[in-house]
Amino acid sequence: MHKISTSVIKKDHAAKMGGSAYYVGDYPSKGVLHSSFIRSPHAHARIRKVHYPALPPGYFSVDYRDITGENSVHVVLDDLPVFAQEEVFYIGDAIGMIVGPDAETTAELAAACEVSYEELPAILDINDAETAFFDYHYGRGDTERAFSEADHVFEEDFETGYQEQAYLEPQGMIAQVENDVLTVRGSLQCPYYVHRATAKATGLPTERIRIVQEVTGGGFGGKEAYPSLLAAQLGVAALKAKGQAVRCIFGRREDMEFTSKRHPSRCHYRVAVKEGRVTAMEIDVRFNSGAFTTLSPVVLQRGIIASPGVYNVENLQVRGRALRTHTVPNGAYRGFGAPQTFFAVELMMDHIAASLGQDPLEFKRANLAKQGDATSTSGRYHFPVPLPEMIERVLAASDYANKRAAYAAPQDSLYRKGIGLSLWFHGAGFTGAGERDLIKAVVALEKNAAGQVEILTANTDMGQGVKTTFSKIVAHELGIPYEDIIIHNPDTSRVPDSGPTAASRSLMVVGELLRRAAIRLKEEWCEGQPQRIEEHYTHPDYLVPFNLETFSGDAYPTFAWGVGVVELGFDTLTGANEVLGSWSCFDIGTLADEAIAVGQMEGGVLQGLGYSSMEQMAIDGRGRIRNNSYSDYLIPTSVDVPQLEVQMHVCEYPGGPYGAKGAGELPLVGIPAAFIAAAEQALGVRGINHIPLTAEETLDYLSGSQHGKDKESVR
Amino acid sequence: MRCEIEFTLNGATTQWAGEAGRKLLDVLRDEFALVGVKCGCREGECGACSVLMDGVLVNSCLVAMGRLQGCEVLTIEGYRLTERFKVLDRALANRSAVQCGYCIPGMVLAAEALLAACPRPSDAEVRRGLSGNLCRCTGYNAIAGAILDASKEGEGLW
Repeated sequence: MHKISTSVIKKDHAAKMGGSAYYVGDYPSKGVLHSSFIRSPHAHARIRKVHYPALPPGYFSVDYRDITGENSVHVVLDDLPVFAQEEVFYIGDAIGMIVGPDAETTAELAAACEVSYEELPAILDINDAETAFFDYHYGRGDTERAFSEADHVFEEDFETGYQEQAYLEPQGMIAQVENDVLTVRGSLQCPYYVHRATAKATGLPTERIRIVQEVTGGGFGGKEAYPSLLAAQLGVAALKAKGQAVRCIFGRREDMEFTSKRHPSRCHYRVAVKEGRVTAMEIDVRFNSGAFTTLSPVVLQRGIIASPGVYNVENLQVRGRALRTHTVPNGAYRGFGAPQTFFAVELMMDHIAASLGQDPLEFKRANLAKQGDATSTSGRYHFPVPLPEMIERVLAASDYANKRAAYAAPQDSLYRKGIGLSLWFHGAGFTGAGERDLIKAVVALEKNAAGQVEILTANTDMGQGVKTTFSKIVAHELGIPYEDIIIHNPDTSRVPDSGPTAASRSLMVVGELLRRAAIRLKEEWCEGQPQRIEEHYTHPDYLVPFNLETFSGDAYPTFAWGVGVVELGFDTLTGANEVLGSWSCFDIGTLADEAIAVGQMEGGVLQGLGYSSMEQMAIDGRGRIRNNSYSDYLIPTSVDVPQLEVQMHVCEYPGGPYGAKGAGELPLVGIPAAFIAAAEQALGVRGINHIPLTAEETLDYLSGSQHGKDKESVR
Repeated sequence: MRCEIEFTLNGATTQWAGEAGRKLLDVLRDEFALVGVKCGCREGECGACSVLMDGVLVNSCLVAMGRLQGCEVLTIEGYRLTERFKVLDRALANRSAVQCGYCIPGMVLAAEALLAACPRPSDAEVRRGLSGNLCRCTGYNAIAGAILDASKEGEGLW
């Protein structure tokens, strides 16, 4: 194990443990202005008239007329408005806010606003969608020929539902103009995203905007883009509040119902097999974008690039669409489009193997990509593909082969078991040339006269531990104690733009910049003198340039790898399932901190198990999210799983600090396919091609299978 | 309805007057500035606002102030001064069991309630003891493992 991997006490441990860590909602709620949103109750409607009630002194309304910049939130494109102007496009679309000194009063006044609407037809299902915000095509080889020459052709459909990030701390912000500078404090992942969005909405010059990340109680992608909208809205309100602070801390229901979630998906796969090898895939991916584009183009790009899985598929045609519906805009969630397509491709491979009378794992092994092979986008797997070794480790830990054979025998008892396995990767860092062309990350180190060194980056610690891992890297290179490294929450008035905290990039990309900065600081170290070192991103020189028009080249500098096995038991009377065991092996390169890395993997696996089983979110016929609380959107508790077992396989990546590569998103990505593979074995059916798998559906499958009916996709 | 009550808050005798239906969570945070008590859902599901009431773990968002007459309330701000806290602190630190931290004050008090009732729990007992406290970050392994460590390290304290 590399020396850097030895765990230390996390930088933020003491404050969080003792309850003194200050989250944005912990700022005093007295002496500030509170805000309540006026939101659309219709999925699609024209706004005829907004009638505000008489507002008591000290209260005011905020809507599109108050926007001093553009009524547009910059995400990737700019179609999301700060406040609805003529039309509302989803239930919850914000028309305005009531701001004032008492929270209950602002809520009452917001509820008393009378908005008259002309309802318009709403599209709630992607099967009915007419507009593709994005429609990407790419491929390689000659699929037509491969299909005509195939021994077998297989075709299936797959579906995944919403997933809510369900971070324990709801979203929140406080905005205030102080000394002519608009300061926004909040729970957020990407300070400079928020900075740019706030500048556009308010029209203020960038030097008059300051974004401060407060201690953030989990993000998982949910605080990547949504805070840009909330900051734009609160920024506009703060400009009207003339120096008073305006506070907005969401309750759980407002947060669950109106903030972004994982894109629901439908995928169609057509696969050609010749002599036991997959020779071609035709893949059609559809994501429900919701009402606006927000992060959908980049989520979709990652999803379709991952869609052929970990296999070497020589002939490939992929189409991906992000479709417009009148539902809440979907966005980033750990895995960023890849969990949807990995779910599809891994089950597809399982089913093909079964149809051919082969063991799924053997079939997958025979088709695995290896170092030097082309990626889906005709780049290269430049580094070893360690899946074969990782598979062996997981097989040994889980006793997979024996269990798989035992559960394959006909099961007719009331309690049935199954075990499933899946293989996956996660492209480390931004898709394509984003790091080079868009982010252009900069980091800085500042040494004070006492020899303490402060890390200045825009990357946020939302629990994943970058304060600690960054500090370890800098301390290690400088040869100074970890305690002498200072790292605060980012404040855009102090830190350079080292890019967003997203795409599993922080440690690999920003951590490497910090390592290089520390090496230079050590070389130039002047005892007793304050010093500052800046380091700028440089693009790896081995990469095949990525072209987003054609989806060709290296989409990622390297890949992190995962192997997961899930064992399930089902009660056939109730349909309830139980996770009997979960064994995984992950390669995220060198561990920057062993305990932090394992903690990330365990947490991600559990989110994947929740996504597969209990995390069901549904909309009603009017487009309203039916379950917006922890009472009816269930996430796993401590008794829902036994000990999750995680092993780490270290395959060093030369471009990351000490060999580290992207980590945070990986563990979730492939778990759902292993879960459903286990469910299919236990229930004796093939074609449970959707998640989540509920108890009710389980009972349907059981009754179907009793009649020997092979249930194909049911929805 | 208004009430005037006396209760013990983190060891100090405390008088409070106000609406009997006000929730303990709001009073602790807004009036006593005990913001280590977190609000995650306000409907008794997540456990982030857990406090000990006469030694029993409760969701403070569901406790009306009128019920507190004569009760002892312990929040993380009081508990962190104890020897038992120090043992749990070391145990969670050593396993890097604290990620985003939002569930942690409630989780620590759940651990205290568990260990007070069952000083040498099994893994399954620990998981049952934490089952009212949601954590979205860790997968629970590190937290459960740390509590088992603490139960061994804290020999005689519980």
